[in-house]
Order: sequence, then structure tokens, then C-alpha cells
Amino acid sequence: MSQAAEIERRHPTPVRFTSKEAARLVSRAAAVDAVGLEERAASLSKRSIKRDSKLWALDLAIRSMDLTTLEGSDTVGKIVAMCAKAVRPNPVDPSVPSVAAVCIYPHLVPVAAGQLKDTGVNVASVAGGFPSGLGPLDARLREVREVVDLGADEIDIVLNRSLFLGGQYSQAFEELAAAREAAGDTHLKVILETGELGSYDRIRQASVLAMAAGADFIKTSTGKIQPAATLPAALCMMEAAREFFHETGRRVGVKVAGGIRQSKQAIQYLVLVYETLGPEWMTPDLFRIGASTLLNDVLMQIDKERTGRYQSPDYYTID
Amino acid sequence: MAKIERRERGAPERREPVWEYATAPESSDIVRLEDRYGLFIGGEFVEPKSGQYFPTINPATEEPLAEVAEAGPEDIDLAVKAAREAHEQHWRGLPGTERAKYIFRIARALQERAREFAVLESMDGGKPIKESRDVDLPLAAAHFFYYAGWADKLEYAFPNRRPRPLGVAGQVIPWNFPMLMAAWKIAPALATGNTVVLKPAETTPLTALLLAQVVQDVELPPGVVNIVTGAGETGSHVVTHPDVNKVAFTGSTEVGKVIRRALAGTGKRLTLELGGKAANIVFDDAPLDQAVEGVINGIFFNQGHVCCAGSRLLVQEPVFEPLLDKLKDRLQTLRVGDPLDKNTDVGAINSRQQLQKIEELVASGVQEGAEMYQPECNLPERGFWFRPTLFTNVSQSHRIAREEIFGPVLSILTFRTPAEAVEKANNTPYGLSAGIWTDKGSRILWMAERMEAGVVWANTFNRFDPSSPFGGYKESGFGREGGLHGLEPYLDFDGGGD
Repeated sequence: MSQAAEIERRHPTPVRFTSKEAARLVSRAAAVDAVGLEERAASLSKRSIKRDSKLWALDLAIRSMDLTTLEGSDTVGKIVAMCAKAVRPNPVDPSVPSVAAVCIYPHLVPVAAGQLKDTGVNVASVAGGFPSGLGPLDARLREVREVVDLGADEIDIVLNRSLFLGGQYSQAFEELAAAREAAGDTHLKVILETGELGSYDRIRQASVLAMAAGADFIKTSTGKIQPAATLPAALCMMEAAREFFHETGRRVGVKVAGGIRQSKQAIQYLVLVYETLGPEWMTPDLFRIGASTLLNDVLMQIDKERTGRYQSPDYYTID
Repeated sequence: MAKIERRERGAPERREPVWEYATAPESSDIVRLEDRYGLFIGGEFVEPKSGQYFPTINPATEEPLAEVAEAGPEDIDLAVKAAREAHEQHWRGLPGTERAKYIFRIARALQERAREFAVLESMDGGKPIKESRDVDLPLAAAHFFYYAGWADKLEYAFPNRRPRPLGVAGQVIPWNFPMLMAAWKIAPALATGNTVVLKPAETTPLTALLLAQVVQDVELPPGVVNIVTGAGETGSHVVTHPDVNKVAFTGSTEVGKVIRRALAGTGKRLTLELGGKAANIVFDDAPLDQAVEGVINGIFFNQGHVCCAGSRLLVQEPVFEPLLDKLKDRLQTLRVGDPLDKNTDVGAINSRQQLQKIEELVASGVQEGAEMYQPECNLPERGFWFRPTLFTNVSQSHRIAREEIFGPVLSILTFRTPAEAVEKANNTPYGLSAGIWTDKGSRILWMAERMEAGVVWANTFNRFDPSSPFGGYKESGFGREGGLHGLEPYLDFDGGGD
């Protein structure tokens, strides 16, 4: 590590990149070897997490969860019910913590904001032309600003893959930087949509681009494209975040989303975080899981760990 | 820069504790050990004529596991006689399709009892269960499957050369991959119609003896496989026995030289797979994060008790510092401890003797002026343990850059040009393996052409497959094991063998 980087590390200050610098960073991003990356992800997924460490992981999985519903069929009633569940996931067990946030479409933000006031659970909204992120830029930026005004604490936007995959890194960067500015102090997550990027090299480059543009989090997927989150794609992003921290001193969070339905998967992602980014990242401030049906499985596993028995799914509410 | 607002919750804010993995030991209940094991000769376990037994211990706890017979000259003679008789009366005349059936049965039995074998391998040898479970046993079974397939196709493998078995093979194997080495030795010998007298290493005889039980279970004709236990002296009786036609040895270069001298002029066929001091070469355009994994795997896999271990790291200067930082960080996450814990990455050193050898060489590295780095980690009180170790400031002339340490110790050197990398990598009496890390395909080929090494890995390390031949250049030995090449040392041909 250079001396300058060492000083940066001890005195982290937000780094502002110009679009040219960012484009250079992207083209210089480290190469990724697919075979080695997948092998490492597979070997970490075999870690055996038992007893206390499992309970702790399940607890963190809940605290790091963005309880999500992004359906055309979402109703006010469904959001109200989901908010209640977000605050008290298990009504009969107050030791189970609240989730980190509720993640919804913009038009339902006021409902969630009202329900979650003073509960500690954040309101996260998708914006910026989700899930494509390809509409006119001014419309996307306006959506970001409006969602902030509606009361969202966190905003999930999508990288313009068209610009990025076309090699127009400066323009892609400028779009993200503009969204960063539009979001103001609101927590900004940038979705890379790894399933559309085609290679791990691209995932690593997209991670660098989004982090340089000021993203608080980089996120794997919208959940609308297959494949969504995978262990190797997430590991690739975590390695990028580790490198970015070493170079700039700024910790960027990682959010995995799409297809994570079981506790076992959630724990596998936590192991990746732990062994790649270290204990500092094992907090809802730097790690999130976006999921809709995962929560009930985690609740079931917690009961199983505590009692030694699986309960009927009927004991867990379905909203 | 935006900061996430965590609104206060009802409960007081918790400080994130450090996550500790709870212990996750693989149960050893599946292993039924006997107090005492005889020699496996002629399809039966028999008492040794020598009357001698020695204990084998668990290197992670220093507790004895069982007593094992020590075969003397008389016992070896009986084993070779049994092998000769089996060869002449059954095995030689058996059609290849029939031999294949037996070998397939062994392969399937290994798969069925894989967990039992893996647990015993970790108990007797100290290697992490995740390695014996995911590497040693699957590969051992794969070897038997692979060579079973060749048994009836030898005429096609060597057209117009009339391949014929040699007779009795005397095989001596090391303690680092006891089960896998037994498979590497026995499978091609049986496929080619030879019979076997195998001597496992004295510190790790138990899985070979369990294999003897499998050999009984699959009803292999008595005497086709004989397993005799003992130390170096027993091994020397095996290789020098006058009625052995073929010797296959895997172990140290020192012993390999002794064997070669002893066999000179006897007409016995010989293959040797000996030591190594492999270079893992990282260029500045390499995928660094994966290179780190490859380097770690290259030297800490099986505690570095690997003849093809990447024990010398050659780094191109522009990436020396970032790579070293990454390696040190990664070293800190290695979990050293109970081999039976499923989360253990680095297990116990195989024996006290090996531990002393590692300690001696590491002390010489410090004394010769190399800079040592070891992560903080708690080692168990009992048993044989050594911290994963890195050395920087190493020169080509240091002992730690020249001698095979056979432990979890990596010597790091730098280079500037590809030509310098080639020169340094080849500047060793050994030549078993090499690793090349670069994003440039043309450079991989350029380097591979120039490496004096039997195996060259590109952007990976320690990858094995039964179809791929393995063996050395220079003092790393001669002859190949695995693949079509692995059949040849066990065959005689019209116009002579290799």
C-alpha cells in the first residue's frame, strides 16, 4: 500500500472522482478469474455454521433484511401488514429484532413512511426507472427527488447497463453521480443487475464505477432478471469493495437480492462477507439482503435452533 | 457523502460482536478401529513373522489410534510369494473385462464408505476433514473408476505393441496423501494385470488397512493386492526383493536416490515421484484476488505436505506490495486447528519428526536474513502444529528457497521480466510443478514451454484429475502416473518397455 493510501485509510474522507478519473479506474479494474472465483465461493459455502454462531447469523440476517415487495399487485393493505411484520417479525417473540428496511415501489412510500414512523425500520424505495434504469435521465432524476420528498430513507436505483456495456463509462458515471446528487443525504444503493453484465470482469468494473460515483451500497440485482444474486457475483462485488476501501478508506456496503429464500443461503452470504470484508462489514449499515419470503424461513430456523424442532409453517404469518 | 440514518430502536443499540464459528466436528463414530492390525497377505490379515508391532498416533492429539504390524524380510517374502502366485494363477490370465469389474467394485466401495475413509484419513494423518472429504477420497475413487475403464482397452492404448503385465509390483507410498497415493499405485497396476505388494507410510497406515478390508469385501482374488506395514526398512525389503518386477515409489528425493542405486542392474522397472520446490509465478496483470487464493491453496493445502506445493512465490515487482498485503490479510482468516472440524483450513503437521524438520528450516530462514510473517492464531496445546508462515526478502541461495520444507511455509521472491521468472523458477534441482498467473493467454503458453516442470498450472493450482499424467523433471523423479501415460510403467511391450 502506498503512503498516500495509508494516510487515506487512517483519515477517510469522501473521495470525489471526475468522470474521467472514474473511467480510468474502471478500465484499470482488476481482472477476475471465473474458475478461481467460483471455486472460492463454493468452498466458503461449505462452512458449517452451528448453534450460537448460527443463531447470531440468523439474528443478523433479520437485522440486515430489506423486506421487499415489488409487485404490480401490491396494495395499501399489503404494505400495512408488511410494515407490521417488519417491526415485529415474530409477534410472539419480542427477542426477534426488526428488519432493516421495507423496500417498495414509489407510490406506496407515503403508506410505509406513515406506518414505520419512529419504529427504527427504514423506508426504502426503488426509483430511477426501476427495473430497467433506461428511461430519459431527467425523468429518472426527478423520480429520485420525488421519492426523497415522499419520505424514503433509502433509494435503490439501477445502473445504466446500456451505457456501461457500450464502454461509455464517463456517461454512465455522470448519470450515477447526478442520481447521487439528486438523492442528497438519502442512502443510495446502486443495482448493477449482475445477471445482465455477462462476465465477472464486468461485475468488478461496474462495482468500481458505482462506488466511485458515491454509492453507499452496491447491489446485485433487481430481482426481475435471471440469474439474480449468486454467491460468486456477490463475492466479486465484495472483493471490489475491499479493494475500494484499501484505496480510498471508504467502506461501501453490499446488498444481495433476488432468489434468496432460505436461511442457509443467507448464512452463506454472511460467510462471504465475514471472510472477504471482515467483521466491520457484518452490520446492517454495510450489508443487506433483499428478500420477500426469506424472513419466514429465518424465523422457522430460529425456533428450530432454540427448540430442536421444526414448527408448522402455519405458525408464521404470510405477509 | 450520505450516511445511513439508523433511527433509535426501543432496545439499546447493540455493539456488533465478532462472529465466531461454533465448532462443527465431524463425528468419528463411523470409524471402527481395531486395537491391532496384522499384515494383509494372500487375502487374509496375518500376524507378522517378525512379531513386532508399532503404534500409529493421531498427530492432532498425540493419542495412539492402533497398533500396526511391522513387516520383516520373512513377511515381505510371503507377501511377494502370494502376489506372484496370484499373478500366475488368476490375474495374468483374466480377461481385461473381468479385471475391470473388480476395479469398478473397489471404486464403488470407496464411494459408499467415503465418509468413513475420510474421517480415518484425517484422524491418522492430521489433514482437515474438508480436504479428505472433498479431495482425497473423491479423487481416489475417481482413479479406480478411470483405470477400470482402461483394463480391457490396453490393445487400443498401445496398438501393435502387444502390451503385457510385468508381474509383481512393489509399491511404497508416502504419508501426505495415504489413500490417494494407494489409489494412484494400485489402480493402474491392477488394470494392466499386475499384482501388488503395497507399503503405506509408518505414520499413516490405517486407511490402507481399511482398503484391505474393501479388497476382501469385493472378493478380489487372494494375493492380488497385499498390504504390508512398517517403516523405511520394510520399504527397502519390498523394493529390493528379488522377485519384484516393478518398483513404484513416491517420497523424498533422498530415498529415491537410494532406491535407484539399489535397483541399478537388477532389471527391475522403476518409477519415482519425488520432492519438489515449485514456483508459483504471479505477473502484474494477473487476477490478483484469485491469485491470492491460488497461492494460499498452493502452499497451505494439506499443511504444505504436498510434493507439488507452490512453495516459492515469484511475484512481478509492480504487484509485490498489493499482493503481499492481500496475502497477509488472507493468512489471518485461515482457520488452524482440529482436523475433524468441518471449518478447519489447516490441520496438524503429520508427525513430530516432520514438525522438527519444518522448525529447523524456518529457523535457518530467519538466521539467513529472510523476514518472517506469521498470523496470530491460537494453536492447540497437544499435537503437532505449525503456523502458516510467509518469508519475504528471500534470495535464491537461502535454504528456504532451495530445500523442500514440506510444511506450511512460503518463500516470496520477486522478478521483473518474464525471462527472469523463467530463470528463477527453473533454478532448482527439482521440477515437479509450476503455476502461472496472468490474464494473457499467449504468456501462459510462452511460460509453459519454458518451465522445466512435469505439471504447469495456469491461473489455478493443485488441480488433479485421473486422466491427466503427473510426474517430474530432474530430481523430482521420472515416469508418469495418471492418464494413458500411467499405464506404460506397468507394461512390457514388443520391442521393450519405456
